Amino acid sequence: MPDVYVSSVIPAPTDRVWARIRDFNALPDWHPGIAESRIESGMPADQVGCVRNFRLKDGGQIREKLLALSDYDLSCSYAILESPMGVENYIATLKLTPITDGNRTLAEWSAEFDCPPERAEELVSHIGRNVFQGGFDALKQSLAGG
Amino acid sequence: MVKVQRSTVIDAPVAEVWAILRDFNGHDRWHPAVARSRVDGGLRSEQVGAVRNFSLTGGEHLREQLLTLSDKERHLRYAIVESEIPLHNYVAEVKLKPVTDGDRTFWSWSSRFETPPGQEDELAELVAKDVYEAGFEAIRQRLGRGERASATARPAQRQTPVASSAPAASGGALPGIAMTIARHGGPEEFRRTEISAAPPGPGQVRLRQSAVGVNFIDVYCRSGYFDLLTPPGPPGMEAAGTVVDVGPGVTHLRPGQRAAYACPPVGAYASVRTLDAALVIPLPEGIDLETAAAGLLKGISAEFLLHRVHKLQAGETALIYAPAGGVGRILCQWAKHLGARVIGATSSEEKARIARAAGAQHVILPGPKSLEEQVMELTEGRGADVIYDAVGRDSFAHSLGALAPCGHLISFGQASGDIGSWDIGSLAERSVTLSRPNYGHYTDTPEKIAAITERLFDALARRIVTVEIDQRYPLTEAAAAHRALEARETTGSTILIPDSPQGETA
Repeated sequence: MPDVYVSSVIPAPTDRVWARIRDFNALPDWHPGIAESRIESGMPADQVGCVRNFRLKDGGQIREKLLALSDYDLSCSYAILESPMGVENYIATLKLTPITDGNRTLAEWSAEFDCPPERAEELVSHIGRNVFQGGFDALKQSLAGG
Repeated sequence: MVKVQRSTVIDAPVAEVWAILRDFNGHDRWHPAVARSRVDGGLRSEQVGAVRNFSLTGGEHLREQLLTLSDKERHLRYAIVESEIPLHNYVAEVKLKPVTDGDRTFWSWSSRFETPPGQEDELAELVAKDVYEAGFEAIRQRLGRGERASATARPAQRQTPVASSAPAASGGALPGIAMTIARHGGPEEFRRTEISAAPPGPGQVRLRQSAVGVNFIDVYCRSGYFDLLTPPGPPGMEAAGTVVDVGPGVTHLRPGQRAAYACPPVGAYASVRTLDAALVIPLPEGIDLETAAAGLLKGISAEFLLHRVHKLQAGETALIYAPAGGVGRILCQWAKHLGARVIGATSSEEKARIARAAGAQHVILPGPKSLEEQVMELTEGRGADVIYDAVGRDSFAHSLGALAPCGHLISFGQASGDIGSWDIGSLAERSVTLSRPNYGHYTDTPEKIAAITERLFDALARRIVTVEIDQRYPLTEAAAAHRALEARETTGSTILIPDSPQGETA
């Protein structure tokens, strides 16, 4: 089972970063690859089990289900229900940890999934760079200096 | 219950930071608050349950027990079991995580404990500042790539392998120090010398060295017995450190990578060095820099002696001289693992204990019976199938007498002096095969080095062989290290540390 792990240091206090990413429906507000998002069936965005249905800027449509949300551990896990990427059993976790030195934040984003073996390398690279690191780069820019 | 939590980011790869922190008994070498530390009861510092017994620079004495050690999670937990500072029920956790963005390390250090009433704040402050934050700073000074923690964003730096070309920061020569001799002679010839390592040319690499191995051959180079070193210059065959930059055409190393070498040309007694990249091996995770510097030359020797000069087979009897010495200990460990029956030949009961711990089933000591008589008794009159003899003049005849028919005598050193001339006709008495291997011929191509070190690193990682570093000196005290070695006062391996507080730390 391929897995992806990307981590970064966000130069902002952890509560500010968490406020940005805890909202399961807020991807378009901070992730550069996402055009628009809605939560299906009118559920609250922090209700475990809710499904976000969002559109990528390149046109792809993705549905993801919130599996776990913890304001104590500052982590959020979700599974892909439908996507154009061609992955199965995809489960990802986004987790924050405070860095006391400089009042900054360690952000970790990891995922495991199944796919045809010949596509594993390409998918790991795409998810690691464009989805995870791309999101972190945007967070670093928008939250820096605060 | 008081809780303390501190965390930081160190500008070095997580494997480098972990290699230092995982050594539960190593804190006296990096933490400014720790004066001296040892492990109680003969346990190893990686053994869960081990108790480190140490004193602080302020004089207080503490004992702490290792509760958890995970190379997978890069985390360890420990508890105070005895302390002259009133911290009760103290359990602490050290945890590292890789920061892939920039190839850095997140380090968290936390604890919970109880104190006498009224001392909570004072002791929490002591633990947070004098222990955790001071520790962060010491490791940052030692490993960090020169960048102080700050709240500003760094440009994203991905872990793409850099095939060639130097980073912009290292345009000129890199200053450092070396311990050089101006002429052949005694340890008093060593001088601290300011040097600089030139930017690497084609096929070269520049290293910042963290640990330098000391071998007896360095004494021969210094004294002039071997003509490997033409003064002025530094001796030294092996060292480990971090790649600063690489020249054009170098693809197996990249800046920031941990690497080591063990081969001529001599010149390892230095804090920085530029050399032929083909000689330099990248280190896998799990092999720390000090182990590499202390064990590479000896480990490579043991590998080709046991796997190439003679392919040691299970069931063979191997006689190993100096089994408590650097190469001898590794030979015993590895030979036993290969299924051989190992006989050690040494001079004292203390060394015999070390040999037995390393895997020798029998140890021969000087006594009324000669070495060959003792070997014949232990082997029902047959003799040893293979003999590893680096003693030379004093042992050679005894070795011939202790061999089994068609046995193999491997003479790989002459600690007691030259063997002199022998009539090879006498070898027919037992159809003796005689080998006189030269380190250089087994390590003169990158392919040979790669094959040998692959097997060696695997053996180290699986703890089939271990490297015991019993003496550490600042690089500037190379003379003291040589005196101890020549006086036979040392056990295990000796290393020199270039990055002592007064050394250069650019």
